[in-house]
Amino acid sequence: MSQARPRPFALLGSELATLFRRRRTWAMLGALALVPILIAVAVRVTSSGSGGPAFLGQITHNGLFVAFTALTVSIPLFLPLTIGVVAGDTIAGEASLGTLRYLLIAPAGRIRLLLVKYAGAAAFAIAAVLVVVLVGVGIGALLFPIGPVTLLSGDSIGGGEFAVRAILLVGYVALSPLGLSAIGLFISTMTTVPVGAMAATAVLAAASQIADSLPQLDWLHPWLFSHYWLGFGDLLRNPIVWDAYGQNALLQLGYVVVFGALAYGRFATKDILS
Amino acid sequence: MSAELAIRTEGLTKRFGHQRAVDSIDLAVPRGSVFGFLGPNGSGKTTTIRMLLGLVSATSGDIRMLGESMPGALASVLPHVGALVEGPAFYPFLSGRSNLHRLDSADRHSVSATRGSRVDAALDRVGLSAAADKKAHAYSLGMKQRLGLAGALLARRELFILDEPTNGLDPQGTREVRGIIRSLTDDGATVFVSSHLLTEIEQLCSHVAIMSAGRLVAQGPIDELRRVGNPRVVVRTPDTAEARRVLASLGLTLGEAASAELTVPSEQVTAALVAAGVRVRGLTVEGQTLEERFVALTGEGFDVAG
Repeated sequence: MSQARPRPFALLGSELATLFRRRRTWAMLGALALVPILIAVAVRVTSSGSGGPAFLGQITHNGLFVAFTALTVSIPLFLPLTIGVVAGDTIAGEASLGTLRYLLIAPAGRIRLLLVKYAGAAAFAIAAVLVVVLVGVGIGALLFPIGPVTLLSGDSIGGGEFAVRAILLVGYVALSPLGLSAIGLFISTMTTVPVGAMAATAVLAAASQIADSLPQLDWLHPWLFSHYWLGFGDLLRNPIVWDAYGQNALLQLGYVVVFGALAYGRFATKDILS
Repeated sequence: MSAELAIRTEGLTKRFGHQRAVDSIDLAVPRGSVFGFLGPNGSGKTTTIRMLLGLVSATSGDIRMLGESMPGALASVLPHVGALVEGPAFYPFLSGRSNLHRLDSADRHSVSATRGSRVDAALDRVGLSAAADKKAHAYSLGMKQRLGLAGALLARRELFILDEPTNGLDPQGTREVRGIIRSLTDDGATVFVSSHLLTEIEQLCSHVAIMSAGRLVAQGPIDELRRVGNPRVVVRTPDTAEARRVLASLGLTLGEAASAELTVPSEQVTAALVAAGVRVRGLTVEGQTLEERFVALTGEGFDVAG
């Protein structure tokens, strides 16, 4: 028995396997995949690329912009909604099933469980972003010409450099919801009703964006977790403007630290009565 | 002394607001025993179990489990404890086997190389091998209860804490669960089993503790608890008044009608009744059943089976 080594990361593997074996997870990823498909088909069928969300106009010239347009459309609502569902479900979902008590007496360890749950929520956020970008690039390449990409600054870059920018973009957009996921985790420790935690998380995402759109609250804007969500356009300039990237990373890290600490404070000593 | 006790609590108390759910209880569960933890619904059994397992923090009092102080040693003690708390719980969208895999991977000390074989062995032991790949939401209540027990059996345990393990089971399922519990002690494990249904665990237990309204009202080896309280003699006679006089003259404590606690040999009672001319149609000696003892201890509202 002693020759076999215990694997402390088994719970993380189990969490990811459980998350991605759920039909609900695939339904949400499927819905997100529909966004770029819908955009690409709509633009292709009507051949009109004027007006509408950012980057829409470029699609007919370059299919790769389907991914950018889809992100612009998804970030305010669809992405926060699906991320809210997963993050809000983390602890509250286990509590409502009753499995939380069994995980804790296994014993999973409360801090370890919290970390694993957060990692699962973050993994979903990254998967969600990847789905939008990859499906967007795929359908764009299928329906539209692919050529040198004209950046917002007017320069053109080739496919190779575009790939680098796309990876940076995925990193940026995957970074953005980390703060929201931490908020969802914290809310999730406060209830045994997962739907409540999911709704509260999604509502907060909307509220943050509304506050961000009110000029009267401009002093608050740099502190809102959604403030840099749409700032990925800077990655399409030459040279790349890194300000938003760095500030976004710092802001999200701050939210993760603060709400991670709150979640820990709440969960570490909480009486589990579910 | 504490080394011989699998569980020992001293002054264990849990308050929810003003309500004392568990009020200063001193449990002493000997190693190797099957310890019945009895009491009506709402008497504090599950709260006590939650405190033992570190799910709920005690308001005051001490817990020692397997010789270590809790909840400080939770991480090192719980891997040796298999538990069922307030009914089994599963991910309905996972199969029975996947549920057990997930549960086992939650224990950071569990060895992944042997996980598959341990899960299969646990499923086999509770008779669920054939249904292992069905989704848990398709399980009947009895199958869920068994799957819950299988979760407690994933590793070698020194102590089992089973909260209402026969809840919701049909008589056959109850018998099977009893069989499983018996087999646990064969490996030398201690079993702490709670129930509000006395008859379901009476035949199983070597020790018993009785809770009532958050307090521990009795505790000890089951034979000792049975011995407390005398048997009763019940006389069937039309001459009730005269019979009561005779019984009282023998120094017996009278009960209802012509019955009394039996503190002298029964033949002496018979002789005295006949000598006094009481027409005796029947005379029975009734030992006090454990059930009567529980009713006496826990008072009204005790939820007795059948």
